[in-house]
Amino acid sequence: MLILECPYCGVKAEETELSPGGEAHLKRFGPGSSDADFEAYMFARKNPKGVHFERWRHAYGCGKWFLAARCTATLEVFGTYPAQSSEPPADIVAKIKAKRPEWKGFS
Amino acid sequence: MKRYSVFALAREAFNHHQGWERAWKSPTPKASYDAVIIGAGGHGLATAYYLGKNHGIRNVAIIEKGWLGGGNTGRNTTIIRSNYLQDPSAAIYEKARSLYETLSQDLNYNIMFSPRGLLMLAQTHHEVRGYLRTVHANNLQGVATEWITPERVKALVPIINIDGPRYPILGALYQARGGTARHDAVAWGYARACSEMGMDIIQQCEVTGVRSENGKVTGVETTKGFIGTRKLGIVVAGHSGQVAEMAGFRLPVESMALQALVSEPIKPCMDVVVMANTVHGYMSQSDKGEMVIGGGTDGFNNYTQRGSFHHIEETLRALVETFPMISRLKMLRQWGGIVDMTGDRSPIISKTPLGNCFINCGWGTGGFKAIPGSGWAMADLMARGEPGPLAAEFDMWRFREGRFIDESVAAGVAH
Repeated sequence: MLILECPYCGVKAEETELSPGGEAHLKRFGPGSSDADFEAYMFARKNPKGVHFERWRHAYGCGKWFLAARCTATLEVFGTYPAQSSEPPADIVAKIKAKRPEWKGFS
Repeated sequence: MKRYSVFALAREAFNHHQGWERAWKSPTPKASYDAVIIGAGGHGLATAYYLGKNHGIRNVAIIEKGWLGGGNTGRNTTIIRSNYLQDPSAAIYEKARSLYETLSQDLNYNIMFSPRGLLMLAQTHHEVRGYLRTVHANNLQGVATEWITPERVKALVPIINIDGPRYPILGALYQARGGTARHDAVAWGYARACSEMGMDIIQQCEVTGVRSENGKVTGVETTKGFIGTRKLGIVVAGHSGQVAEMAGFRLPVESMALQALVSEPIKPCMDVVVMANTVHGYMSQSDKGEMVIGGGTDGFNNYTQRGSFHHIEETLRALVETFPMISRLKMLRQWGGIVDMTGDRSPIISKTPLGNCFINCGWGTGGFKAIPGSGWAMADLMARGEPGPLAAEFDMWRFREGRFIDESVAAGVAH
């Protein structure tokens, strides 16, 4: 069972308390953008077998959105951080690099 | 290859069953082929089979990372139906269903196709309207389905509870020619027929890279060395994103776990397939007597072929409500497969940005039923280099252009 710590209320919540929200750090493209940019934003999600950054909501807890770094190949959780982050925080990046030396970094 | 028949069985019975041949060969790869297909699951093997049978292309290799039919082909709930709302979906799934009817004879391999009938229960008024619309659409598409009353549902499925406390059954969409088949046998039958045509099925051989020159594919790097090819077909379901990345493009696909489970075997109690989409579970009884049960996908990206326990609990809760008699059954086995989900929940059978490289993916939670039709359409695409009528609408650029084949909305759930 997946357990994520909510960075707001500090509760270690198990999966039934959480709702998954897909890829994190999406750059949004709206009216006026090119078809390719809009398609990439809307449909061509990252689908890595390994380190992945995701949005989650503490749905049956404080109700807030937060972000998580997780491995899709092993279900290992590297850490969670507030939704108001434009990229993964340095400490989580360092932790992932220590555990996954082959990881190319967030892009 | 010796044909399977009742006479072969009798002959071998007098021979202590010592004379059966291996169903397919396990050759070492040649330096190059006319076509290479990555993925020896149902869809990949069917593609190879129809390349040989319909288009005469037999210098073909099918490369498999694990063992033949060991991915989603061996992990699904074996349901076959074609009662889809959108025309392109109905066309390809109905093609597949009709090919399933004679596939055992075609392959000389018993795939145990059982057109036992399939019900999709309507448990809300919204669903009643949706399925009435689907029935009309199906009749126009030439897919035989009908709307039936709760009384008829009860007559077909005596173990069902039609006046449940939360969601009483208001009717059902009935496809009498839907049913099930033996999933492993579909892969094995195609593999045997491909091997007989001289194709090479190379198992335990992982693709590690795609080599190209001037924008056209020239071959694949594998754990058994480089294999050259003039045409490449990527048919790898859950790992489509990975292989597409090797080929230099990104797919509108996300990989998630979908779980299924079977109960202990019991005496025959249900001879149709029942799908309950509002409460979200589906069930049929295998020939061994196990109740075969499936539900929805887990909600997050996952490559581990195992899912979360609470999804099983949700599925069983839904089915216990619909079939009260299963509440005391013990569940025997549970497993997960990695399904590739597209934005509109319809598949991709398409050319790709890389020349002579073709992709067949995105079947999500509903690939097994489509295997023969998918292989037929993909073989056509690979042989001619252009999609035929079955594949035309399923190209990967439809997302950019907003030409969705929106079964996600039509079904209201993953399908």
